[in-house]
Amino acid sequence: MITLESHVPDGPIQEKWTKHRFDIKLVNPANKRKFKIIVVGTGLAGASAAATFGELGYNVEVFTFHDSPRRAHSIAAQGGINAAKNYPNDGDSIFRLFYDTVKGGDYRSREANVYRLAEVSNEIIDQCVAQGVPFAREYGGLLANRSFGGALVSRTFYARGQTGQQLLLGAYQALLRQVHEGKVKLHTRKDVLDLVTHEGRAVGIVVRDLLTGELTSHSAHAVVLATGGYANVYYLSTNAMNSNATAIWRAHRRGAAFANPCFVQIHPTCIPQSEEFQSKLTLMSESLRNDGRIWVPKDPNDTRPPQQIPEEDRDYYLERRYPAFGNLVPRDVASRAAKQMIDEGRGVGPLKNGVYLDFSDAIARLGKQAIEERYGNLFEMYERITDENPYEVPMRIYPAPHYTMGGLWVDYDLQSTVPGLFVLGEANFSDHGANRLGASALMQGLADGYFVIPYTIGNYLAPMLGTQPLPTDHEAFVRTEADVMARIRHVLEVDGSRSAAWFHKELGKIMIQHVGMARSEEGLTEAISQIRALRDEFHRDMKVLGTNESFNQALANALRVWDFFELAELMAIDALHRRESCGGHFRLESQTEDGEALRDDEHFSYVAAWEFKDVGDWELHKEPLEFEYVALSQRSYK
Amino acid sequence: MDVTLKVWRQDGPDAPGRFETIQVPDVSEHMSLLEMLDVVNDRLTVAGEEPIAFDSDCREGICGMCGMMVNGHAHGPQQGTATCQLHMRKFKDGDTITIEPWRAEAFPVVRDLVVDRSPFDRIIEAGGYISVRTGAPRDANIQLVPKPAADWSMDAAACIGCGACVAACPNGAAQLFTAAKIAHLNLLPQGQPERWQRVEAMVDEMEKYFGSCTNHGECEEACPKSISLDFIALMNRDYIKAKFKNRRLAAQRG
Ligand SMILES: Cc1cc2nc3c(=O)[nH]c(=O)nc-3n(C[C@H](O)[C@H](O)[C@H](O)COP(=O)(O)OP(=O)(O)OC[C@H]3O[C@@H](n4cnc5c(N)ncnc54)[C@H](O)[C@@H]3O)c2cc1C
Ligand code: SF4
Ligand code: FES
Repeated sequence: MITLESHVPDGPIQEKWTKHRFDIKLVNPANKRKFKIIVVGTGLAGASAAATFGELGYNVEVFTFHDSPRRAHSIAAQGGINAAKNYPNDGDSIFRLFYDTVKGGDYRSREANVYRLAEVSNEIIDQCVAQGVPFAREYGGLLANRSFGGALVSRTFYARGQTGQQLLLGAYQALLRQVHEGKVKLHTRKDVLDLVTHEGRAVGIVVRDLLTGELTSHSAHAVVLATGGYANVYYLSTNAMNSNATAIWRAHRRGAAFANPCFVQIHPTCIPQSEEFQSKLTLMSESLRNDGRIWVPKDPNDTRPPQQIPEEDRDYYLERRYPAFGNLVPRDVASRAAKQMIDEGRGVGPLKNGVYLDFSDAIARLGKQAIEERYGNLFEMYERITDENPYEVPMRIYPAPHYTMGGLWVDYDLQSTVPGLFVLGEANFSDHGANRLGASALMQGLADGYFVIPYTIGNYLAPMLGTQPLPTDHEAFVRTEADVMARIRHVLEVDGSRSAAWFHKELGKIMIQHVGMARSEEGLTEAISQIRALRDEFHRDMKVLGTNESFNQALANALRVWDFFELAELMAIDALHRRESCGGHFRLESQTEDGEALRDDEHFSYVAAWEFKDVGDWELHKEPLEFEYVALSQRSYK
Repeated sequence: MDVTLKVWRQDGPDAPGRFETIQVPDVSEHMSLLEMLDVVNDRLTVAGEEPIAFDSDCREGICGMCGMMVNGHAHGPQQGTATCQLHMRKFKDGDTITIEPWRAEAFPVVRDLVVDRSPFDRIIEAGGYISVRTGAPRDANIQLVPKPAADWSMDAAACIGCGACVAACPNGAAQLFTAAKIAHLNLLPQGQPERWQRVEAMVDEMEKYFGSCTNHGECEEACPKSISLDFIALMNRDYIKAKFKNRRLAAQRG
């Protein structure tokens, strides 16, 4: 039986973190090396945590399925990272960043966690600059900032279109410094396939060597998961091909509650799918909306090329519906509006699955050169993929699954409902509520890894001084390894007629149709039965060739698809139970007269944390959310 | 369009390799090369043959995971492009496309098109960082960084660690990668305190694994991020200075 104790410290919100840091039990420096910590994942969250643990003197082992820590999906982030530095002197503050994040998340996050995030945001920038992250600079040598994702202040730091890569390189280099000093042991191309628990605590993991298939067990005093998000449940998303939910899903099955699984961000500016074979969707940075105007033809049957459609026959629907924010409305609002246009048959492009993002006004106003300076690399990327020149023809964009706000439930210390299991970064549910603001995921990953977990883990470890990690020949490990082996054998023995990738693609279609941008009781009920039927077929009819004892990518993938199938059902169940619209979760039954999302604070102002009983059988626990500092209001961008 | 694929198959690091010819009908010109391989793999699986192993992840040219020799060119014939960004429209109906793994002594084949690039991590471990502890730094704007320095450093930092430079080099040298990594840090004020140790340690580590540079310049051609050869010159200059300075420092400590 799970109990949800958020462990938020008492006191005014501005003082909670300072007070808590003082109250946390410290581990004597000489004793730190007696504690072993396993970190899974080397993205921003995992690499920063592992490096910092190493510096502090803990005995750290870090695992990634990639061939190098530098390849984690964090590398792909383009736009930037937020911090409340207020360098531009435009009225930003920790409180404003906190306020914007709670409001942007549509009041479904925990105030105390968000405040702490805003509080440590400034230290992140200091840390990264000292590490040599080459952020953009002004001519005088100061750091440059820009406004991002509709924020009214310029608080975003960036490094060309490669902010994620540069931040990750900083954390990766810090990590490898610790590897060099022998403080951290690095395990690459290792797939973590299960969490080992004993007497209700996390005691280790079971790992498959992707090169040889060998299964090994690893034990530690604490396990930290920083394994990223699960948007690939939709098959087509902006995430890297190998991003998956296995580590958190298996931990969930071992007792970690899964919070708000249905909260998914569908990003408005991606290149629309062009054909069936497509393997992923490419994000075009949101910054494009600063200068591009979004429109569709008024007449669904208008077949003229966009340049020949005169102004009076165009519908700049965001500017029309949201005169105050126009093209800069938050992501969820922009995505939903695009979907409505396409559902009305007014989509553009060969598959009628996009809307135009038009730069011709901006080019006329600022000149082609200015646009090239701002967006040159994005325009080039677009042309490379679509073979169309966006300086001449408007871009076509469409929303795509991008980020998962849901994840494993954690308390203020980032500990899950399994003692000894901590969860960081996109893998946890903590800070973004029902919608994440641009440039705040990188901030959260690094906040968790550099500045939160290195302190909070002390509370769990300190009382364990003198204990040894469980030996890996203990029954708890032997049993878990056998479970994993049974899964592997099953996958290899089915010998059906279709690849796991094929099933994944079909699952994605169900998910995007029914658990995507517009959800309804009818659709979700239908989705649940379709997911179950397809899952049964997957287990009867998948075809995975080769052996376990080799480099077998199809086998690794099939195990991941297996877990996506179970997670997919929980997402639909969660979406069905939440009969309100909030952030990225839009229930057709809960909208205002003019079609905007309508929250129901009376009934749904809580975190939905699901306890696993069996596949198809989950128990709901609720963590009530109270808002003391940010008054609840219905978001309006008109 | 229809194409013929000549693809390298090798079951494991020690197994002998061979070219396999696969006919691929019905390829759309909008596919990327890797999506074409996805389709081939699906067809192979259904036909009961093991799919072709290849690495990729982001599929947008940033993670550095993909990489193969396409018709003899690292990452294919298109300049400034990673394999995952190469589209079938760059080929013609009826073409034969030859695909091989990176060929370099330091990058042994794992399987088919997958290689082991871990020596790159060893080079970073040797000194590719600035030694600051979490939480120690002061305000980020206290130290001004001239924009040209930041920009130049950023040009070097754009390296995605894919290894194409090594694969393209007749000697299997890793000068371009190592130089980019060193320049990223050595061009910044923050990188100065460790500048000389860094360059010496990283170059020495590089030489344990990779061949030596004889200035062919194939690396720059192959690099998907167009990293400039100038960084190699910078590295060489710093390395010679470092040998001298580090010895002098050691003597002083002596
Ligand atoms: C295209 C794109 C652009 C983005 N742009 C921005 C932006 O501009 N600003 C912003 O703030 N956010 C952005 N985001 C979001 C942000 O990049 C991510 O949320 C964030 O980087 C996640 O970091 P992470 O450390 O939690 O996980 P990840 O970076 O996903 O790392 C996960 C790690 O876990 C490992 N792992 C996972 N499962 C296992 C397993 N079972 N066994 C072993 N290892 C495992 C992986 O190997 C990897 O090392 C963007 C996202 C995308 C997709
Ligand atoms: S220098 Fe260029 S080719 Fe070499 S690893 Fe870096 S990005 Fe790849
Ligand atoms: S798959 Fe990431 S660079 Fe090609």
